[in-house]
Amino acid sequence: MTKTLTPAVDGWFTVDEQPALIGNRCISCGTVFFPRVSILCRNPDCNGAEFSDQRLSRRGTVWSYTDAQYEPPPPYVPRGEHRPFAIAAVELAAEGLVVLGQVADGFGVSDLSVGMVVELVVEELFSDEDTTYLIWRWRPVTAP
Amino acid sequence: MSDVVVLGVGMHPWGKWGRNFVEYGVVAIQHALLDAGLEWRQVQFVSGAVTVRNGYPGYVAGATFAEALGWTGARVASSYAACASGATALEVARAEILAGRCDVALVVGADTTPKGFLAPTKGERPDDPDWLRFRLLGATNPTYFALYARRRMALYGDSERAFAQVRAKNARHGVANPNARYQREFSVEEILASPMVADPLRLLEICATSDGAAAVVLASAEFARARDGRPIRVRAVSTVTPCFPQTVIEMPNFATDSATGAVAGAVTPFKDAIAAAAYEEAGIGPEDLSLAEVYDLSSAMELDWYEHIGLCKPGEASRLLLDGDTALGGRIPVNPSGGLACFGEAVPAQALAQVCEVVWQLRGVATGRQVEGAQVGLTANQGLFGHGSSVILSR
Repeated sequence: MTKTLTPAVDGWFTVDEQPALIGNRCISCGTVFFPRVSILCRNPDCNGAEFSDQRLSRRGTVWSYTDAQYEPPPPYVPRGEHRPFAIAAVELAAEGLVVLGQVADGFGVSDLSVGMVVELVVEELFSDEDTTYLIWRWRPVTAP
Repeated sequence: MSDVVVLGVGMHPWGKWGRNFVEYGVVAIQHALLDAGLEWRQVQFVSGAVTVRNGYPGYVAGATFAEALGWTGARVASSYAACASGATALEVARAEILAGRCDVALVVGADTTPKGFLAPTKGERPDDPDWLRFRLLGATNPTYFALYARRRMALYGDSERAFAQVRAKNARHGVANPNARYQREFSVEEILASPMVADPLRLLEICATSDGAAAVVLASAEFARARDGRPIRVRAVSTVTPCFPQTVIEMPNFATDSATGAVAGAVTPFKDAIAAAAYEEAGIGPEDLSLAEVYDLSSAMELDWYEHIGLCKPGEASRLLLDGDTALGGRIPVNPSGGLACFGEAVPAQALAQVCEVVWQLRGVATGRQVEGAQVGLTANQGLFGHGSSVILSR
């Protein structure tokens, strides 16, 4: 039986060939946000309430990184026995944002350094009997 | 502006017993009232710092403590600002006095905390970023502390050993503090041998969660003048929030604001702005401080604070530490109480515990950890979701 694939959170990222985070841009002042804002532009000098979705850069540079050697408490959902996983804060130059994400399966802190280039991928966050829940992750770019 | 003074301070020691938080708070209040030489009936305003882990009584902390000591008709308020709740409660009480609505106000914070990582409240809450960061990222509080620590290493060349030395210093400071939960020394080797939690931070470098309580009795200067003793002056209370855009990743967020957006001109980074507002109100600068109590949620974060409160320039904090400047006997001792390293965090009590320590230091009664001739002290802390907290006190 094939499990259904579904994003672990609605509308935060695409799951196409070239997956990307989806932020939005204030139509009035042009400021980009991630996650998307929906009520009012958070620029204090702007009253904009209309936004257009924007795919964010798929590549960025590592601002900093760490890992989780202990299993986080709920609502984190473990995938079997806990294995340490890495988390990176990634700077997207074009948008001026730093965005957190887990690091792709198979990569740990010893594979990371501040300033290195990473790329967005979509992988399994956890799964239950019939569904695999997907999440964005950052994967080191080995070849330019 | 007329002065507001501290007449009394008190604590329940920090530990882990799992008893009702009200019990801890009442002990702290009784110590503070005794210290102030006041009776409960003389308190006109009760300002409680809220705990969100103890049900309804925690949400209405001001009323909970007023009822526990016996209703007297005193007005109450309850403030929540995460780790900064104590400072916000202090600010509310101070404002009541400055507005001339009362002469004596009591501020109290108390908590009972569960074991392990602080986790979000239960239930499915996909609109709450504090819930989502655990679900989607597995990002605990130490995740964020570790990102800052690693960034220091990359930017300034700080070493894991320097971080461990912060912890060892604070352990030495806390040995003689009867209110500290951990009153023992730790060697740098012991600290470096403790299990890694969030690389590069180890178990002994991340603050525990504790039970504890702290209380402060504030009064108008006019009220204090009619009494014996030499009260400590509240020179500033800063409870500022960030300015947009916030370009440093902050707990519990998934991303920063855009640094290339429409807002013109650079804004002061939030943690710098917290102390800057306090200095401005007090009319002093970092060079005037005798000591500081800062929020060492992790060993490395204490170094961040040296820079945010202006003790040195960005990148120079580990030098300050390694030169011994921030140890007792040094130029500007930081966390003479032992800090969160020796206390663990009792969220609503912690900003008030910082104030208690500074008051004892300024009175010259901090036995075994006294900063000689202390004249001016500063506290600094930050609560998640944008709460600043800094208090300046002087003799």
